[in-house]
Order: sequence, then C-alpha cells, then structure tokens
Amino acid sequence: MKAFAALVAREVRLAWTGGGLWLPVVFYLAVATLFPFVTGPDKALLARTGGGILWIAALLATLLPIERLILPDRQAGILDQLALRGWSDELVATAKIIGQIFAFALPLLLATVVGSALIGLPETQLGTLLLGLALALPALSGLSVTIAALTAGLSGASALGGLLLVPITIPLLIFGAGTLSENPGNAMQLLAATALAITALSPFAAGAALRAGRT
Amino acid sequence: MSSRQASLPSINVDNVAVIRGNRLVLRGLSVTARSGDIIWVRGANGCGKSTLLRLIAGLLYATAGSIKTEGRIALADENLALDANLTVEKALMFWADMDGASAEERRAALADMDLQGLAQVPVRFLSTGQRKRACIARVLASKADIWLLDEPYNGLDSASCARLDQAITAHTATGGIVLVAAHQPPSINVAHSLILDRPEANA
Repeated sequence: MKAFAALVAREVRLAWTGGGLWLPVVFYLAVATLFPFVTGPDKALLARTGGGILWIAALLATLLPIERLILPDRQAGILDQLALRGWSDELVATAKIIGQIFAFALPLLLATVVGSALIGLPETQLGTLLLGLALALPALSGLSVTIAALTAGLSGASALGGLLLVPITIPLLIFGAGTLSENPGNAMQLLAATALAITALSPFAAGAALRAGRT
Repeated sequence: MSSRQASLPSINVDNVAVIRGNRLVLRGLSVTARSGDIIWVRGANGCGKSTLLRLIAGLLYATAGSIKTEGRIALADENLALDANLTVEKALMFWADMDGASAEERRAALADMDLQGLAQVPVRFLSTGQRKRACIARVLASKADIWLLDEPYNGLDSASCARLDQAITAHTATGGIVLVAAHQPPSINVAHSLILDRPEANA
C-alpha cells in the first residue's frame, strides 16, 4: 500500500513539475474567458450556453496532459522496472488514473468555480455543473491514461489522441449537457452510470495497452 | 550486503527461442545459473544479449522453451529509470521505497558507487558515466538476489569499473547471481561465459 501511495504521489509530483497541472487549468480558464468575446455581452445567452462551453473546455483540457502520462515513463524504463517488481500493468494504470484525478480533475473542478464566474453562469447552475463534472472527470482521467498508453511512441500521438478521445467522450458530453437542463435528474443518473463504467474499465484497457506496448 | 533468502536464487533457461519483429533472435538457448555465479553474456551486436536479460527479467515472453527463476531480480539496462528532475538521492529513494530498502541501504549503495557528492544533484545534470553509476546504485539498493547488468561498464572510468567489480564480487559472495552482458570481459572471475550467436547465421 505504501508503494502504491508512492506511485500515486509520484504522478501528482510529475504533474506539478511538468506542467500537467497548470496547463489544463489555464487552458480551461482561457476558453471561459474567450467565449464571451465571441458571443458578446449577452447575459441571457451566456447563462444558457456557458455550462455547455465549460463541458467542452473540460473535454478538450483532457487532451493536454496525454503526451506526458505514459511515454516519458516508457522511454525512461520506469514501466519496465515496475513490471520487474511484480506490478501488474493494470495496477500501474490505476495509480496513474488516481494520480491524474488528483493532478487534473480536482484542480479543474476548482477552476470551474472561477470559470463559471468569468462566463456569468447563474449560481443555481453552478452546483449542478460541479456535480456533473465531478462525476465525469474521473472517467476523463481514465480515458486520458488509456489513450496515452495506446498512443505512446506513435508518430503524431497527440493528434491521434484527440481523434480517439473526442468520439469516446460523446456520451459523457451528451449526458453532461443534459444535466444543465431544468430537470437534470435522469441525465445525472445516466452520466453517473456512464462515468462509472468508463472509470472502472479504464485500468484494464490501459493495462492491456501498456502490456502490448512493451518491447 | 544482505544475506540471501531461504531458497537460493537460481536461473534456468531451457531451450528457449525468441522471435521479435519476424526475426529469430534466440534459438535453442539453455542457461543455468546457481547461487554465487557470475555469468558473462557476450556476442556480436544484435545476437540477443539484451533480449536474454529481458526474458529472464520477465519483460519479454519466449516463443518456445521455458524460463524459471528463483529470487528477486534487478535489471540495469540502457534505460536509467530515474526521474530526471529529482536529485540522485530522491530518485533512488523512490525505488528504495518500492523495494523496502532502508535509508542506510540507500546510502550504502550511493557510497558503493561513489555518488555521495552528487546525492543532491538533479539526475538530468549527471554525465553519462555518473548516470550509469546512479543506475547501478539503484540495483545495489534493490536488495535483489539476481542482478542483470546490460553493458554496465559502458561510460564508466576505470575507478568506477573497479567499484562495480567489487560490488559484483561482494554480491555473489553472499549467494547472489550476476549476469553481465558486455562486449569486453569483466575483470573479475566469471563462472561461465555464454557466447550468443546470431541464429540466422546458422539457419
């Protein structure tokens, strides 16, 4: 357990020192800041569309850390050394996903409070938006680690990662946007179920990708 | 040096063949190593020295044959496996935590490779030889029974080579096994010399 905690802590530390923490947050807030410039200062329009924009910004922010999640560890031999010590690839993937939740999902949730203020989101929607993102962000973390494992070492990995990630996240986006409606109950349940399934399956998919990539 | 575990370390590679990238890298290879053995694995470039070490480490699967090992394994290959932004001491601490090594054992490994003066230097600022020494210090601190060293002398000066030889001798004296894949012969007494041929040359 201590070793697992050390591995999770390493992931968080690497995110802090490697830009994996602040880059997605700055990107997320930049989108929230730029959006009103495009739509104009129409408060009603911003209130109606702002939540959806933050959802899309969150999905796109997921792409940013992908390149640093697996490839540097594979190139440095860290993954080999963990396998040598009997760590299953699924357990390594789980540690990376948990690290990503701490280093990416939690800061993005905090940034949502700032972003919603920038975009002029009604306070009544903020709670729903935060709950929806809190459900979806662990799944997005799982997907980013899985796609990082699948594309590590491939040429054009970041573009390929985007092409893979965006279609997979469509159900999360649809249900997430649904939670911003007047009756969010059903959409929230579907979002929770989808996010849970993705989060639970991600370690296995990422683990298989890590194993397949070993040379 | 720690004493060996209850069951003595051993390596049994039996009639192994490996195909990688549609190329037969190893064919009909058998190796046996017992507690206290030092084996020098040698051969031309591409003959499968690193492949053999990775097979024994369990990082690759054999196409045919079987590999059985007893004891914990440590591998030092071309990959440093140390976080570049951390100091040498902290980078080693990560693996020491993974291996359950004490701070004393970590310090001893640093001292064995004459790295005390570089302990607080970030790994990314080390020279090639210093990186190699840090990589070997990781193996020393691992408390593993079997050391798999791939080209461990590359980049080391003569004093560092002597330190490595000393560490290998001390490890095998306490019952450990060391496989050294290298072009140049180690200056220590080796139990066996395993010469690998390119399988396609004999096919």
